[in-house]
Amino acid sequence: MFIVNYRKIFFTISTVLVVLGIFSMFYFGFNAGIDFKGGAIIEVVYTNARPDILLITDSVKKEFSDAHIQTVEDDGVFVRTRDLTDAEHTKLLNIISFDGKNQITEKRFNSIGPTIGKELRSKAWYAIIAVILGIVLFIAFAFRRVAKPISSWKYGLITTLALVHDIIIPAGIFAYLGKEVNSLFVVALLSILGISVHDKIVVFDRVRENLKLKISNSFEEIVGKSLEQTFTRSVNTSLTILVVLFALWYAGPATTKDFALLLFTGVFIGTYSSVFFATPLLVTLERWQSKNK
Amino acid sequence: MLKHRLFAGTVLVLGILVAYFVYASESKIYEKLFGGKIPYGRDILAKFPFKLGLDLSGGSHLVYRADLSQIKSGDTSDSLEALRDVIERRVNLFGVAEPIVQLEQGSIAGGTGNEQRLVVELPGVTNVQEAIKTIGQTPTLEFKTERPAGKEKDDIIKAYEDYQKSLKTGNLVFSPLLAQDPYFIDTPLTGRFLDHSLVEFDSTTREPKVSLVFNAEGAKIFAEMTKVNVNKQIAIYLDRSAITAPVVREEIKDGKAVISGNFTPQEAKLLVGRLNSGALPVPITLVSTQVIGAPLGEKALRDGVYAGIIGLLAIAIFLVVWYRLPGVIAVVALSIYVMIMLLVFKLIPITLTAAGIAGFILSIGMAVDANILIAERTKEELRQGKDISTSINEGFSRAWLSIRDSNISSIITGIILFWFGSSLIEGFALTFVLGVLVSMFSAITVTRTFLKSLGITSRTRLTAFLFSSGFHKN
Repeated sequence: MFIVNYRKIFFTISTVLVVLGIFSMFYFGFNAGIDFKGGAIIEVVYTNARPDILLITDSVKKEFSDAHIQTVEDDGVFVRTRDLTDAEHTKLLNIISFDGKNQITEKRFNSIGPTIGKELRSKAWYAIIAVILGIVLFIAFAFRRVAKPISSWKYGLITTLALVHDIIIPAGIFAYLGKEVNSLFVVALLSILGISVHDKIVVFDRVRENLKLKISNSFEEIVGKSLEQTFTRSVNTSLTILVVLFALWYAGPATTKDFALLLFTGVFIGTYSSVFFATPLLVTLERWQSKNK
Repeated sequence: MLKHRLFAGTVLVLGILVAYFVYASESKIYEKLFGGKIPYGRDILAKFPFKLGLDLSGGSHLVYRADLSQIKSGDTSDSLEALRDVIERRVNLFGVAEPIVQLEQGSIAGGTGNEQRLVVELPGVTNVQEAIKTIGQTPTLEFKTERPAGKEKDDIIKAYEDYQKSLKTGNLVFSPLLAQDPYFIDTPLTGRFLDHSLVEFDSTTREPKVSLVFNAEGAKIFAEMTKVNVNKQIAIYLDRSAITAPVVREEIKDGKAVISGNFTPQEAKLLVGRLNSGALPVPITLVSTQVIGAPLGEKALRDGVYAGIIGLLAIAIFLVVWYRLPGVIAVVALSIYVMIMLLVFKLIPITLTAAGIAGFILSIGMAVDANILIAERTKEELRQGKDISTSINEGFSRAWLSIRDSNISSIITGIILFWFGSSLIEGFALTFVLGVLVSMFSAITVTRTFLKSLGITSRTRLTAFLFSSGFHKN
């Protein structure tokens, strides 16, 4: 199986991608959304024509110096500020409508205090870590009968490595693109974990079965054969998921567009890592183990 | 064979019934698709609409922090319950369908473990300023009796006169006496003793009145008050302004009083609502506000459904083209799966949000995966030259382990998310876990029964073609 034979090439590709991902996260940083750092967003549409955007910007900045103002479509504006009290919210609406002279409809308002933001952020971290731990424990348990040639803990360990690989790369891409990082971003990362582990379990399960059937004496051959047997399924399953995600990205709600994009890259990377990273890594681990004996 | 066919038939009929239920209970969709009203069970079906979250239907989501610094530690849960009840009553004043008022604790994970919060969700309410005002206000209800004539009364009146005069000169004269009403004095009777109040209509004039019923202690004070004040006025103050000052005709022993100001029915209803809700037992501060306009939510929902349909169609085409006969069966199983999920959303009912729909769409991916695994495994068995029914059986039992383990890991992921997550993540996790559970059922039961009930046992060129896949020749 060429993937197992040339595994070093694929390990190199993965390592480079992960390093790039980490670099991107630190260099570009995350563009945290208001639910993670606190703040307010407001979107309104003008019933009649929208006044000059410069005029709106000027009047808003007079009162809310930290505000960012953007136009939305032909007749809307989107304002982003620090978190607002109810009184400040009313004031901002008055400014945008020029004291009611330009009639507006508020499409959306969102103000989140900094404590809640902090809480959501740490909750997200805990959730990701807990999910990874839970998966490792489950895999170690599910593969408990397969102690040879490598112990079931190592299947879990490799899965963890692969999962970290699978979320660092899309997260790095998001940092590079400067996309907003919010609760949905975390949901997407967690879904990537879910889909990616699904994929790895299917391949590992085949290895488990082939070990039981003793189709070969060489672990390397068994892994290669298992990869071959599950390859079509891996590709087809991710293709269907990718198609659904493409539909969600292309036609879905605006709020889940970035979500779909992130999942799309994540599912792609996740499938790649099941076939080209996690499974060949089984062979490498087995080699190290027998060398050290 | 017959057993399988019977079962498959039952599943198919049930699936169609479920689909009918799902469509027919969305009467708007039904009318659009088939024209005319739903023929059967219209009233019952109308009770099961999809429950949409605020992000899809529009509305306000408010989070308050409760200030418990003044509450003894033993009383916190009672005070919070009382707070929730009061807010709930105020929120009900909006007449919104199904508002949500719930207590929430800050998470230990976020380092805000002892922070108590109150979450208020108002579907359809986008005028958030008014909502915030109604929720946060503290009404005070006071009863005052006539101030007897004498030096005290004269002094207070004089203080007011002096103040009025000083307004003209610009040199203001303040007297501590200004804090008192010259004509009425405070009594111990306040809104604290109110049991409840309700709107009544005068039997002759049909004018709305607000009737007050005191609790036992209040009734005693009120009886005492009315006894000594016969033919005198008792003033009723709401939020420090007098609303009415009726003259007492006789002692009132049963603790019932009636305010007949010039109310419109609407005003009377509002006043009763405010009196019943009383003051907040725990002070609260607003920490987060979210308002989603209805058009925005509607668009999100329409786009979500549209994307789901495109995605499903694409999957269906792929499955049929690539996997042929098992593909067709997979499509039937998937349709039944989707219908069961929609039914579950309606029956439990589950509040659907954008994140929840994403979780559902993702679970479709898992359901497809189970079908692909089965089809691939069956094909492998066929390649080894086994006959079709053996291949189907073997394919199933071999694919089952993969399906089981991968789905268990998905369920573990979902449960952990549900545990740790914020409400957004919870919505996602819930539909995802449900989806995975139902998909296991649909893959194993539905797909398997259908394949078996086809009754293909002999291996001819046609059946071999139908069960193989891809574009290459077998």
